[in-house]
Amino acid sequence: MTTSELTLPQAKEKGGAKGERGSRRPRVMGAGKQLHAGPVTYVVLTVFALFSLAPLVWTAIAASRTDRRLAQTPPPLWFGGNLFKNLETAWEQAGLGTAMFNTTFVAATITVGTVLFSTLAGFAFAKLRFRFSSALLLITIGTMMIPPQLAIVPLYLWMSDLGWTNQLQTVILPTLVSAFGTFFMRQYLLQALPTELIEAARVDGASSLRIVWHVVFPAARPAMAVLGLLTFVMAWNDFLWPIIALNQQNPTVQVALMQLGTGYIPDQSVIMAGALLGTLPLLIAFLLFGKQIVGGIMQGAIKG
Amino acid sequence: MTSSEQALAHPASSADAAPGKQPGAAPGAQGRGTPPTGTDSWRSRLYRWDMKASPYAFIAPFFIIFGAFSLVPLLYTAWYSLHNVQLSALDNQTWAGLDNYRNLLSSDFFWNSLWVTFVIGVISTVPQLMMAIWLAHLLNYRLRGSVVWRVVMLTPYATSVAAATLVFVLLYSWDGGMINWLLDFVGVDPINWRESDWGSRFAVSTIVIWRWTGYNALIYLAAMQAIPADLYESAALDGAGRWQQFRHVTIPMLRPTILFTVVVSTIGATQLFGEPLLFGGVSGSKGGSEHQYQTLGLYMYDQGWIIGNLGKASAIAWSMFLILLIVAVINMLLTRRLRKSQ
Repeated sequence: MTTSELTLPQAKEKGGAKGERGSRRPRVMGAGKQLHAGPVTYVVLTVFALFSLAPLVWTAIAASRTDRRLAQTPPPLWFGGNLFKNLETAWEQAGLGTAMFNTTFVAATITVGTVLFSTLAGFAFAKLRFRFSSALLLITIGTMMIPPQLAIVPLYLWMSDLGWTNQLQTVILPTLVSAFGTFFMRQYLLQALPTELIEAARVDGASSLRIVWHVVFPAARPAMAVLGLLTFVMAWNDFLWPIIALNQQNPTVQVALMQLGTGYIPDQSVIMAGALLGTLPLLIAFLLFGKQIVGGIMQGAIKG
Repeated sequence: MTSSEQALAHPASSADAAPGKQPGAAPGAQGRGTPPTGTDSWRSRLYRWDMKASPYAFIAPFFIIFGAFSLVPLLYTAWYSLHNVQLSALDNQTWAGLDNYRNLLSSDFFWNSLWVTFVIGVISTVPQLMMAIWLAHLLNYRLRGSVVWRVVMLTPYATSVAAATLVFVLLYSWDGGMINWLLDFVGVDPINWRESDWGSRFAVSTIVIWRWTGYNALIYLAAMQAIPADLYESAALDGAGRWQQFRHVTIPMLRPTILFTVVVSTIGATQLFGEPLLFGGVSGSKGGSEHQYQTLGLYMYDQGWIIGNLGKASAIAWSMFLILLIVAVINMLLTRRLRKSQ
């Protein structure tokens, strides 16, 4: 799948409007008379951007120094020469190597499951008629309010019974579906998938499964890509359940970082190297797909 | 549907009208299989069965997995909250009635954690959402490189709770930390961010604010872009300046979105856990030496997995749920009032 295919239709519309700047865009967008940003706007935005990026840049600076240097005043403001040594220590001592592999596997599995099941359920809620469908949809939305804390005690006890402590399926299974994802796909398919298309396929004798494969999936593809990106980010950063279910023998990245932070490796520069390493894959994803992720979050705003 | 809801839904409807995608999307759907006819009754029965059963089959994975790993555990948590369940003796569970709850209500640490959760919730959510509206307003101008600005504002969202907190711990360190060093320039004495009551709560809140402001700004931005331009035009005709337009057009039109973000942030704040845990370092589950930043989520973890009283932890989880139910009811009442007033 190419990047351009991934682009949200919403983002596409923006790009398309560029050619006809003066006439069309002010009608699409609000904000007063759709003023061009003045210099003050750019200055304030730059300050916001600095606040966003500075802690990340500083993570890299701290990761490239020694622990001793970090304890001195003034704090270092530029890179030192210790980055690779610290990264290596974090990779080996904190088990970040295993952790990165585990998290990639866990997040990828959760992403595939969530996107697949959300598309199926979202399609059913958007386009199929069945008894209790509106009640079931309401229940689905309501479940978004339930905090994970409500499940972890029994899950922990069952997992101990099964001997599943420290096994990856323990953190995969509970997060394999998503109420948000189901609702997100429903909202998208409601408008992006013409009902006539499904009816035409039915007249031709296509079974429901065949319709899903040949009609629903192609129509849902842009939203599936966006949901996949959002799910991957969330799964990569999941914290509460993994730190209970796993320990440093078979950690995810977040578990390894937690060990680094609360453990007895007192070397701050190594801790920063770990934080940098654990964030890097998502930063790269943002660099590549930032536009799509932004579009997905703005589209998700409709869930209100 | 009220006009405000339509406003909310608008970004999607404009987005979903993807031009020229659907017609070619189903090349395989045409001309395959045989249409169900009366002569072939087996086939038509199969067809009817397919029509009836497949919707349920499509929603089944969601409800089965959700049921097994969220709903059933939720009920079991209620059950365990009525038992004495110790981490050290899992096979020896005895009925405790309401003891765990009574125990909580008479515990200073429980009330402390409720207070801390509330305080951190307020000082992390209120400035965050106000800054997010401001930021969204700025992003809504016609900007050079608008996508780049949006992605930059969202990067903290890519940083996990754990990574972000570890970095902020170092930034806030008492001796040689960046923030105390910067404060020194403006003549403020170093603050002990980890030990002081309000310093530590403020520090934990800034982690939340840092991670979520850009995210909420994008949600507001989506809603702002859905506000019809004529509203601004007529306001301008009535002589409203930029600030008045913002106050009398933008903010009222954003009201449902603001309510939505307040609810989502409240849910998040009630569960706040990772930030205070890692902020405390080695003994993080206590939330500081005086429990000054031990939130409800942290208190539950401490009671359940550090002290090892899972029955009590279950009772704490259910208290958290009750608080969220109250939030939901308030939200419902407010939404209804909002709807009536429009």
